[in-house]
Amino acid sequence: MEILVCARRVPDTSENEIALNSAGNDIERDELVYSINEPDNYAVEEALQIAARAGGNVTVVTVGGEDDEEILRREMAMGANHGVLITDGAFAGSDGRGIATILKAFVQKGNYDLILTGVQAEDGAAQVGGMLAAMLDYPFASLVNAIEVLDGKKLKISREIEGGNKEMNEIDLPCVLSIQTGINEPRYVGMRGIRAVASVPIPTYGAVELGVAAGTVGEAAAKVKRVDYFVPTLGRGAEMLEGDREENIEKLLQLVAAKGGLK
Amino acid sequence: MVEGIQSAAQVTSWLVPGQSLFLVIHILGVAAFAYIVAKRLVPLVRAERDPRFDQPLARVGKVLKFWLGQWKHPRYRVAGIAHILIFAGFMLLAMRAFTVLIVGVHQNFVMPGLSGTAGHVYETVTDYAATVVFLCMVFAIVRRLVFKPARYVVPARYGKAHTADAVFLLALIAILMLADSLFEAARAAGQAQQGLPVELTTVLSLPWILKTALAATPLPMLGRLYFSAYLLHEVTFYFLLCYRPFGIQFHVETSLFNVYFAKLDKGTLKPVRWGVSDEHLDQVKSFGVKTFEDFTWKHMLDFYSCADCGRCSDNCPANAVGRPLSPRFITIKARDYAFQHYPMLGSAGNGKPLIGTVFSEDEIWSCTTCGACEEECPLLIEYIDKIVDLRRGMVDDGNVPQSLQKPLKALESRGNPYGKMEKKKADWANAKDFQQVCRVKTLNQENGADTLYFVDSITSYDDRMQSIGRATAKILDHIGENFGILGAAEKDSGHEVRRFGEETLFMALRDHNAEAIKASGVKRIVTADPHAYNALKHDYKDVPPVEHISQVIASGVKSGKIRFNPVENAKDVYTYHDPCYLGRHNQIYDDPRNVLDAIPGLKRVEMSRSRDRSFCCGGGGLMLFYEPKEEERIGVKRVRMAAEAGANVIVTACPFCMVNIEDAIKVAGLEGKMTAIDLAELADQQMARESPASEAAEAVELRPEYVTGR
Repeated sequence: MEILVCARRVPDTSENEIALNSAGNDIERDELVYSINEPDNYAVEEALQIAARAGGNVTVVTVGGEDDEEILRREMAMGANHGVLITDGAFAGSDGRGIATILKAFVQKGNYDLILTGVQAEDGAAQVGGMLAAMLDYPFASLVNAIEVLDGKKLKISREIEGGNKEMNEIDLPCVLSIQTGINEPRYVGMRGIRAVASVPIPTYGAVELGVAAGTVGEAAAKVKRVDYFVPTLGRGAEMLEGDREENIEKLLQLVAAKGGLK
Repeated sequence: MVEGIQSAAQVTSWLVPGQSLFLVIHILGVAAFAYIVAKRLVPLVRAERDPRFDQPLARVGKVLKFWLGQWKHPRYRVAGIAHILIFAGFMLLAMRAFTVLIVGVHQNFVMPGLSGTAGHVYETVTDYAATVVFLCMVFAIVRRLVFKPARYVVPARYGKAHTADAVFLLALIAILMLADSLFEAARAAGQAQQGLPVELTTVLSLPWILKTALAATPLPMLGRLYFSAYLLHEVTFYFLLCYRPFGIQFHVETSLFNVYFAKLDKGTLKPVRWGVSDEHLDQVKSFGVKTFEDFTWKHMLDFYSCADCGRCSDNCPANAVGRPLSPRFITIKARDYAFQHYPMLGSAGNGKPLIGTVFSEDEIWSCTTCGACEEECPLLIEYIDKIVDLRRGMVDDGNVPQSLQKPLKALESRGNPYGKMEKKKADWANAKDFQQVCRVKTLNQENGADTLYFVDSITSYDDRMQSIGRATAKILDHIGENFGILGAAEKDSGHEVRRFGEETLFMALRDHNAEAIKASGVKRIVTADPHAYNALKHDYKDVPPVEHISQVIASGVKSGKIRFNPVENAKDVYTYHDPCYLGRHNQIYDDPRNVLDAIPGLKRVEMSRSRDRSFCCGGGGLMLFYEPKEEERIGVKRVRMAAEAGANVIVTACPFCMVNIEDAIKVAGLEGKMTAIDLAELADQQMARESPASEAAEAVELRPEYVTGR
């Protein structure tokens, strides 16, 4: 099975202190450290596990700039067979639809049975996977937390629905799935693994190679535009329960039950 | 040989002359033993290299102390003394055993040098030695069967009890002693009946008692007994010799070698691959131990040498709280695997990965590398290097728990496990209020210093531990040290990164820090973190000498630079908890205690487990992120030990111990009854500051956020 994973490099939320810049139109990016978007990492791990069970290759693709090569190397160190960087000045400022348009062009140049994305990018809007499927006229399932290959043509998948429950589906190949974190336990990649793939060439594609008309992507074609960032004002502090221990336990149980935490 | 009773060699039994019979037994026995040992050596030949042929004098020293001197044994009083007696008995009986064996084929053989008086003295000694060994065997069997010491118990997950095998082996030795004594007694009884001079005069020895019992036995009967005893001795001797390599008594043969080739230094780790320099490590295809053959030959010899005494696991903190780790079974399981994988007949099959079959992942991650097992092992078996090698293998395969992946990733990108910004590394020192009390320079091209205070991640970033950093800075300031910190240029020392098997990341951290330290131009390093201390001392190369703050304070006390005010509350009882990487790994036991004892009015008690038997707090560095399966926290056990000792203040000298002990005090429900304080915090709190300048400082110091300790 040929599997494509669409990945993205984002500021690592666990290792940065995210703050707005002085203009208020972006976050302060001076001292940020980046890593692969966490759900995308789960998608790559899942792809590797499927390939290990059912055979096939895993390709990881990202739309971005030279710096984004870093995450491709990391995923290749995990075991992905190929990494592909899609980069072009004309792509800068694309909205979700633009990114999906670019990815669609790339998918059509290959022969992929299964396309995985992370459920959403940490700085994104969880839209590219669905749009890509629609543009390709492929079936799509979101929030996937288990995949079983039934035969060469079908998958049995589980989707996470409200309250941690699971919904089981069958889906025809080729298809696009957005992968939920927790579907697996991604393997560790250290510096040593990355160093081992440091000199593997990473092919790059631009608008011309993909045959993407410059007018359909990029900032000019974007129909969703970010106009502002703001930090929500702090709400009221925690609610303090008052009373003796027994009363507090009773109140706490009621509160938790009211929020659906107890059944 | 005496007349009346034929020598064993002369006897003809079932038409077979004794001499021929025994010659055949000798040849068969020796050949079988040689074959078995050769088979046992096969994996050692295939193993990874391990250069242990250096420093012969130091190694002979180890042999004299730990093998001949049985140094570790008395740590377990009863079993230890019994073992020393048995060992001494075996040593004394070795030559006699040899003589007796030869007598079977060469009747008048006398060991050169042991004729006449010397021989008589030697026989007297060995008669009693055999008696003592026999009694020790009876004692050991009774102990195993009746008293059943807890450390011999085999938990269900590790298989069946080892009692039967242990008792069988003990009984064989008892039979050997009995046969040897009977052989001598029958001869002596025969001599007595014939009115010949009796050579056996060792009153109350086993041979003497048997001789006395046999006094009325008819002569022909004695002859048969004499021959049978000899035959029994022969057969038992060779059976034991050939059976020992299959179990716990192989140490009789291997211990000498195991001790001679033992690791000579503490606190260090073996490199990923001996003989491969850091620069060439990238060319090594696989890191660490994945299959059995990835162990070094010495580590395999360790497996063979284990006597199954259980002392390691009896002292293992992970084992004590029910984590899925028992050092004893690391060895036993590896040995069982080796025996099965390298069978006596046929050749070894393809090695399977050890993780998931012989060892579990959790088992290998559960180790805190505290070193209690190694400290206790009478045979000097190593564990930490093996655990780290197994971890290296798992890291290389990407097999790392999710809980550890985040801190490792943060260490890679930010140089600390918390993912905090580099520019905030010196915030603890740069707060304005603190700068008024004690100015801490950040070293760079303009700012130089003699001494570097290496702070490390936890003390830099953790709100509670920053107090240890400030106390350390104030102490250095007080003794007039020209010191500074690296600030943002300092990355994590990498001590735990290395011990968790991430060698490549460790090397990157080490190289970065070593470069920064070199650039700072300092002449020495001080740290308050024993893990950083151990890393800088043993894992780094070409950095200036490093001292732990407890050593600095102790020498300040000695030189008179530091004097202490009396303790405020004379009712407090203090106890000192030895951090593993200060104590066991670096033998700094006395300096912290000397500091405590220099504080007027301070009452100090020792916990039952202290110094080299200190009980780990639960582990530092990345172990704080790992979520082990355990019944209880290790720290809680430790805090209870302090309470049992009658202490209400636990003094430690390591920020990780502080994390674990303070948490444990809460978990144990001892909040308000027990407190923990770092040695540096205590010293800072008690230091007598006399000059007007520092009095002013003290006034500022009373601001609650900078008052250390409570």
